[in-house]
Amino acid sequence: MNLEPIVRVVDVRKVFGLVPVLDGVSLEIRAGEAVALLGANGAGKTTLLKILATLLRPTRGTATIAGHDVARAPEAVRALLGVVAHGAWVYDDLTARENLKFWATLGGLAAGADEVTAALAGVGLERAADARVRTFSAGMKRRLSLARVMLARPRVLLLDEPFAGLDQRAKKWLEGRLEALKAAGAALLMVTHSFGRELGVADRLAVLAGGRIALDTARGSLGPDDIQRLYAAHTEDGL
Amino acid sequence: MSYARRALAVAWKDLAVERRSKETLNALVFFSLLLLFVFQFTLGGDRERLAAVLPGVLWLGFVLSALLALGRTFLVEREHDCWEGLLLAPGDKSAIYLGKLAGNLALMLVVEALVLGLFAVFFDIDLGRALPGLVVVVLLGTLGLAAVGTLFAAMTANVRARELLFPVLLLPVQVPVLLATVKATEALLLGEPLAAVGHWVKLLVAADVVYLAVSLLTFDVVLEG
Repeated sequence: MNLEPIVRVVDVRKVFGLVPVLDGVSLEIRAGEAVALLGANGAGKTTLLKILATLLRPTRGTATIAGHDVARAPEAVRALLGVVAHGAWVYDDLTARENLKFWATLGGLAAGADEVTAALAGVGLERAADARVRTFSAGMKRRLSLARVMLARPRVLLLDEPFAGLDQRAKKWLEGRLEALKAAGAALLMVTHSFGRELGVADRLAVLAGGRIALDTARGSLGPDDIQRLYAAHTEDGL
Repeated sequence: MSYARRALAVAWKDLAVERRSKETLNALVFFSLLLLFVFQFTLGGDRERLAAVLPGVLWLGFVLSALLALGRTFLVEREHDCWEGLLLAPGDKSAIYLGKLAGNLALMLVVEALVLGLFAVFFDIDLGRALPGLVVVVLLGTLGLAAVGTLFAAMTANVRARELLFPVLLLPVQVPVLLATVKATEALLLGEPLAAVGHWVKLLVAADVVYLAVSLLTFDVVLEG
């Protein structure tokens, strides 16, 4: 694992109107490392993700990806990023293959038919490649979203509740894909509400509470109960 | 090269989605037919009255259907949560604008060709001589409408009451285009050659150039808004 952080968040504050959502958040992630970001509803997890994704500007502080400031050089950051958001970013009236080709072209990638086919095979959608996405289940759309990201080979992957709405088999499959991305050197920041096996991908756990990172620890051999206790000790989530 | 490919990808995607769903096209064709029926019913067969109002009637039909079509420009992105995907696409965002504009132009021109044909049938007009000039005026007028309409659709895509705000923003800006197109169409339908309405055509070209330039330069800021 590269010891130099690829994601660096320093003293970030974000205020909406008069309400501070983030108030001095600092966090670092290295290449090949996965961090699970936990926190109660409204703790600011998605806000932090959006700042790193260049969709929001921090009110104060700096966030950089591979040395590029997310507020000052968003284009350079976007070229390094993959984002799996709540929505799958797929068009229902296009086929899976057409969706991938569209996003690849829009992202300036010269993805040929073979690469698109390989990306679809990589997420287990090769047999549904030419079916319209309208006919897909939520899990299949999530897979397609991941194929879109894998095609771009991002150095940093931001995932907003990637396991939400997936059945156990699909969760296991997604764990495998995320491990593979980590092994390929990608840094992962994953927002989640789960304390279960989904956290198996994470090397570190960060708990966001009161607008700050209240806990940042290696996951090590912590089990779901240990994580739940730690989470309760650092938040007011009523566990 | 990548810029052109990105613009083409956006246009292709919009047209493919529309070809398969036909959501906008069906609504526009039905709406245009309805308008023609209403106009035919209210104006009757008085040739003198018709000659005076037909250019305005034709462009009213074009503008109203354009408002419907242009207002839906980014609806597909909002419905499929793809707006952030467009935002995060690296590279010059004006390629997205050009792609969206091309998609809108294709859709509007298809509907306008249909309306123009039906217009000739409904009001018993021989478009034969006027048609080449009309094609030029319609192309330029539609470009002016679509250029600003695509920009304003992006501007209002994420605001509340966008259905109200969109025409309120668009129509005042379109005054030069509407004035030029209606006046030029009137002269062409009266049998004058295109050269006789050269000043209106020049105004249309100038408006199109200004609208396109401003839209291309500001789309990035509007999208990031």
